[in-house]
Amino acid sequence: MKEVNLKDYTFSGAEHGQIADLRTLDNSDKDRILHAGVDLDHGEGSALFMQMDQSTVHCETRDPGVELLDINVAMKRYDGLPGYAWNNVDRDKDEFTRAVAAKTHGGYFVRTKPGAIIKKPVQSCLFLKADRSGQNVHNIVVVEENSEVHIMTGCSTAHGETHGAHLGITEFYVKKGGKLTFTMIHNWGEGANVRPRTVGVVEEGGVFQNNYVLLSPVGTLQMYPTINLNGRGGIARFNSVIVTPKGSHVDAGNRVIMNAPETRCEIISRTITTGGVNIARGHIAGHAVPCKGHLECKSLILGGGQSLAIPELDATVEGVDLSHEAAVGKIAQDEIEYLMARGMDEAEATSTIVRGFLNVDIMGLEGPLAKSIKNQVAQIDARAF
Amino acid sequence: MLKIEDLRVSIGDKEVLRGINLHIREGETFILFGPNGSGKTTLLMTLMGFSGYNVTGGRILFRGTDITHMPMYERARLGIGMSFQRPPTIHGLKTRDLVRMCSRGHDVDPDALAGKVNFSEFLDRDINAGFSGGEIKRSELLQLMAQKPSFVLFDEPESGVDLENMQLIGKVVRRLLDGEVDLPPGACAKPLKCKLRTSGLIITHTGYILDYINADRGQVLYQGHLCCEARPRDILEHIRSYGYQECIRCLDEPTPGRVVL
Repeated sequence: MKEVNLKDYTFSGAEHGQIADLRTLDNSDKDRILHAGVDLDHGEGSALFMQMDQSTVHCETRDPGVELLDINVAMKRYDGLPGYAWNNVDRDKDEFTRAVAAKTHGGYFVRTKPGAIIKKPVQSCLFLKADRSGQNVHNIVVVEENSEVHIMTGCSTAHGETHGAHLGITEFYVKKGGKLTFTMIHNWGEGANVRPRTVGVVEEGGVFQNNYVLLSPVGTLQMYPTINLNGRGGIARFNSVIVTPKGSHVDAGNRVIMNAPETRCEIISRTITTGGVNIARGHIAGHAVPCKGHLECKSLILGGGQSLAIPELDATVEGVDLSHEAAVGKIAQDEIEYLMARGMDEAEATSTIVRGFLNVDIMGLEGPLAKSIKNQVAQIDARAF
Repeated sequence: MLKIEDLRVSIGDKEVLRGINLHIREGETFILFGPNGSGKTTLLMTLMGFSGYNVTGGRILFRGTDITHMPMYERARLGIGMSFQRPPTIHGLKTRDLVRMCSRGHDVDPDALAGKVNFSEFLDRDINAGFSGGEIKRSELLQLMAQKPSFVLFDEPESGVDLENMQLIGKVVRRLLDGEVDLPPGACAKPLKCKLRTSGLIITHTGYILDYINADRGQVLYQGHLCCEARPRDILEHIRSYGYQECIRCLDEPTPGRVVL
């Protein structure tokens, strides 16, 4: 992994004032954000948050069942959020966590009311606009007992050429019977270095569902979000779709630690390397019985690059049920010819197979987000072939 | 419609088809018999344009156009369709979506078509994933119904199919060959149907499919040569009684390729 030198970026001076109406942003910015899955012109979320460079510029709640605050405001209001802030993530883990702990520019605090079912997603947008600036973000999500929420977060730079560093700490707390769906779309650029640090805890009967999509170039990205299933019957699912074009270096994986009986997890990743480097990690640990976990990483190399799959299973008790399936493959000629016999030319046939391989349908996303992803998948094909 | 002239095809170093001449006319259904390894599937694959089947001599004309070296998708767009015997699974591609793609922009109702082959419950499954023999046949027919080819290649439509499915498949194959169209009520179907009759080339081992379709002509393919042209039922009777050994004798006759059985 290429190192990030934080000294290359300025961590102050890129401040912005409040933006009351995000529809007033430049069309080009809005378009970039749309590609990260957030439609600011037709946004219908239950809450809307935006971080631009080193400031929270928008923070708005439209549903009484969900609380949304800038992280610094929340820390002040709730006496440093004891039990939540830096509880899952160790602030001394690495230079990135230390940087955010030393100076937190912003980020969101989301908390549902117990029992509240939040029908519309909470939308969040983390945006790098200024060149050569760094963004230190700390997010905390608390899903109270028996409540449900979907957070859609889009991370983007203003241009494909923007140089920037995004350091993002995220801590999830899913209480008893709660359900959190967390969908993250990244739309960076070749100049962006991205270091998310994410750890979550799921209590009894809680469900954590994570969808991650990266279809555009990124300079370097390294992350290994981890979920601890600490209560009986907890469930975690990760679905990731990652494409690494030339110049992109992605080292990304998911980790689930099953610490309680009757827990289950599934980690599924689909990656395509079109000239870049992709390291697909996966780790499932079973420390209680019964528990069941499955890890699946499938990769395609189309036109060069490197694909390295590192699946790990760690069991410490008799009776755990863990499995993994890793494959680096190619597009089979018989599949292409099957579709060509139906009248598709070779490019159409190949992109149809690639779309199927990426299988973004599995995330069950709808509306402009699904459309945006579909368009982007079509564009990958054009680039790759 | 389809004219094959002195076609020679090799797979690797091995010559499999050794000078095939065949003319299938507009609206005609032609049945191809032959023992395993005789080159039947090679002929179908070559007509469709699969890679690995090297044409070393002769040519293929479809409606007057030389398609011998045409890419597969262009042949499909000219109106040639094929039912696969062992189609590949494509993960993440729903049967429903593939049916739509087969129609190439024409209006198609996957649900209505699937109803006709008793396949509705498979529309939202990945194409060919875990399909049984009979399910593959129905899926292939469903795709062909959407594709609406004017010339259909069937590779053993009865293989791996139980008797119950055979009846359904036989009927659908017949409808496909009869050029089924959806007519407005009251319209006279007869002249239109005659005009739209689809041509077909069918490989069969068992001959079960003959119970359902009107096959006009048939021939035996033996060791890369065509011989014994006759009515398909007569050929079948003959093979059932004497096996393919008789074909060797037939090939040795002074005028190979034509004997009255």
